[in-house]
Amino acid sequence: MMIDWTLQIPAVFDVGHIFLVTLGFLLLVVLLLKRTPSEPLPAEDDKKSETGASETGEEAPAETAAPPSIKSSQPDSALQLLSLLQKEARLIDFVQEDLTGFSDEEVGAAARVVHQGAKKVVEKHFTLAPVRSEEEESTLTVDKGFNPQEVQLTGNIAGEAPFTGMLVHKGWRVEHITLPQMVEGHDVTIIAPAEVEV
Amino acid sequence: MSEETMNSEYDQEAQEQDRETTAEAGAAYSVGIDLGTTHCVASYVDNRSDELDLVHELFPIPQLVGQGSVEACEQLPSFLYQAHPSELAEEAIALPWASQPDALVGTLARELGGKTPTRLVSSAKSWLCHGEVDRYEAFLPLESPEEVEKVSPVDASKQYLNHIRDAWNHAHPDEPLEEQDVVITIPASFDPSARELTAEAAYSVGLHSVTLLEEPQAAVYSWIKTSGKDWREKVTVGDVVLVVDIGGGTTDLSLVSVVEESGSLELRRVAVGDHILLGGDNMDLALAYRLKAKLAESGKQLQPWQVNGLTHGCRAAKEQLLSDDTIDAVPITVPSRGSKLLGSTLRTELTRAEVEETLVQGFFPEIEVTEHPMQARRGALKKLGLPYASDAGMTRHLAAFLNKHRNALSEGEPDDDDADGFIQPTAILFNGGALKSPLLANRLLNIINRWIETAGGEPARLLDGADLDLAVAKGAAYYGNVRRGRGVRIRGGVASSYYVGIESSMPAIPGMEPPLQALCVAPFGMEEGTEVEMSEEQFGLVVGEPVQFRFFGSTIRREDAVGDMLEHWEPDQLEELPEIEVTLPVEGDRAAGDVVPVRLEAKVTEVGTLELDAIPVEGEGRWKVSFDVRQK
Repeated sequence: MMIDWTLQIPAVFDVGHIFLVTLGFLLLVVLLLKRTPSEPLPAEDDKKSETGASETGEEAPAETAAPPSIKSSQPDSALQLLSLLQKEARLIDFVQEDLTGFSDEEVGAAARVVHQGAKKVVEKHFTLAPVRSEEEESTLTVDKGFNPQEVQLTGNIAGEAPFTGMLVHKGWRVEHITLPQMVEGHDVTIIAPAEVEV
Repeated sequence: MSEETMNSEYDQEAQEQDRETTAEAGAAYSVGIDLGTTHCVASYVDNRSDELDLVHELFPIPQLVGQGSVEACEQLPSFLYQAHPSELAEEAIALPWASQPDALVGTLARELGGKTPTRLVSSAKSWLCHGEVDRYEAFLPLESPEEVEKVSPVDASKQYLNHIRDAWNHAHPDEPLEEQDVVITIPASFDPSARELTAEAAYSVGLHSVTLLEEPQAAVYSWIKTSGKDWREKVTVGDVVLVVDIGGGTTDLSLVSVVEESGSLELRRVAVGDHILLGGDNMDLALAYRLKAKLAESGKQLQPWQVNGLTHGCRAAKEQLLSDDTIDAVPITVPSRGSKLLGSTLRTELTRAEVEETLVQGFFPEIEVTEHPMQARRGALKKLGLPYASDAGMTRHLAAFLNKHRNALSEGEPDDDDADGFIQPTAILFNGGALKSPLLANRLLNIINRWIETAGGEPARLLDGADLDLAVAKGAAYYGNVRRGRGVRIRGGVASSYYVGIESSMPAIPGMEPPLQALCVAPFGMEEGTEVEMSEEQFGLVVGEPVQFRFFGSTIRREDAVGDMLEHWEPDQLEELPEIEVTLPVEGDRAAGDVVPVRLEAKVTEVGTLELDAIPVEGEGRWKVSFDVRQK
């Protein structure tokens, strides 16, 4: 790939960011594989099931800890999201292309399409909030009993909580999802139909 | 209502009974429907809640947003798509309440129509008040191939209401929309026949207790609701509020005066503007064509679909440029249609200078108040189409409106000594998405205030706190509640006085048309639910044959009373409306060909429509005079 990283035109940022954007969405897709659309997010459910489990645990102490249940993925909502990202942001078209041989200006123009569309999809269907409200690169303390799903420790992890460290990334939490409802029987694997102009 | 029932003794009683039953049962909700040219919005208030904490709820309308994909959105785009039988899979267009809906409306309809315009019905509302077409005739989409199923403007409006009704009933199975107080908004400039057609579309989908409300009034109601108790402090007796409502496709102007009536503040709508087919969509289009020309200069010719994409891009870019002065240019990209995105994506940019020149100077030119819209010369052969405003200068339309209604507050005939004068509003309320931009809103406000200050008046203040996109629907829902006797009501009545043309009998003079007189049958400001004494003048109706009358309206002659006969008038005082027609059936002792003398009586219904009846001078009966919405 021929990219001149020293280029001074701002198009460069697009190239760098587009990979982040793409990566971000693929991660979102993976996240959604585990959830069905328009359902309450699992935070509360998890708490309920936790208390439920502890109650039953007390009643039946003889049972050994059951292996964690692994949910099978529900591809429908992932396909739906891909379809939205393709329709609004042309994400699949973009990812499927070979960028070799295109100038940064051309990549930049396409990146704007992807960025604008993806932003629209994300803002419309997801309510996002940072996991930590502190400024990035500031020092913070992670208290005892922290949720390792929310805060991931890296680097020199040793000793007992509280841990003091620098906030590298503030994290993102999806507070609310609203995806369009799907009509039963509609083939969701067609994320973009072939278009024939007659 | 079929033609038959409209021309004979009609089912008005049945409708009134329906209305009473609903009122008795005490509808749970007041539902406001903004049946817009480009979007419909529905809002409601719970009639059972306390007046002081009435909560407005927007009713998000579930609709197809893609094939097989349903989502509830704040707005239902007012588009109807007539799909080819094999174009869409059955399950692709199913809705939660119908596996095979009667019609495809909303977001998906608009999207499909963007690619296949010959199957898309749009702007049905503008056709509803277009006097030169038969509004019952199925002719939309215009210029589409013969095999595309056509609908009439009334049918299209019916389909939007039908969708909203089904959506509501799906969400509120115990409180069907048919049993709620429904208020549908219409442009203040709608003529009597367009009002009646709107009401008819509502009846035909079972909404019998419907009331019509003018959109600028709805905006005022919404403002009153938002201001809460404070509204009485924001306006005072003697204030004249100018409402400027720039929607997607139309611009609607009204004047509301604040008066004192038995010790309390009262609002009166004193003037409405003409129907101006000019709105925010024109602005986006103007920008897109400007960019198209710019690209053409650099040798790039655009396909129609690219212009379409450019228009979408311009809408977003315009909003960005108008809301943030630190940006000088916004890039616009139109992706290729094929899967190859790179290399074939069209890229251009919209600059601040372009937006200012096209929108600010093009649509809001800095003019004097004496400058009025330029009339384009009409070609002899005019293609059938909507009568779009030929002058895009909003300020010129506004200047003409203020000048035309310079005597709106005083009784008596327009004072011709002061032909260049204008009414000076003391407060201004904006509505419509186009005025969300502070740049455009301030520009408009400054121009109006410069006119006022030049004339030696006090500058008008802006009434703030309005929700420019949703105010009309919200105001309509609030009005439904006001009609139940809660809160302040804007009085206005009919915005025009109406006249029947009578050719005077005189010896024929070659080359001269017999002089026409105009008999006033409904006075300006006649209120909903009132009727006026029938006129003295008698007309001879031939039994068994439709008899037509010429029909006129005037928004500036406020002093004429029922029965007044005008011998002459200034050409701009009376506007000719589509003809009206009545047929007396052959029955009883009336034989075909007999001439029966009748008088005309006018009534403004609770719904907000004007009704004219023909009543025989001798004998029983009452026949409806229908607004002839059919083309001759």
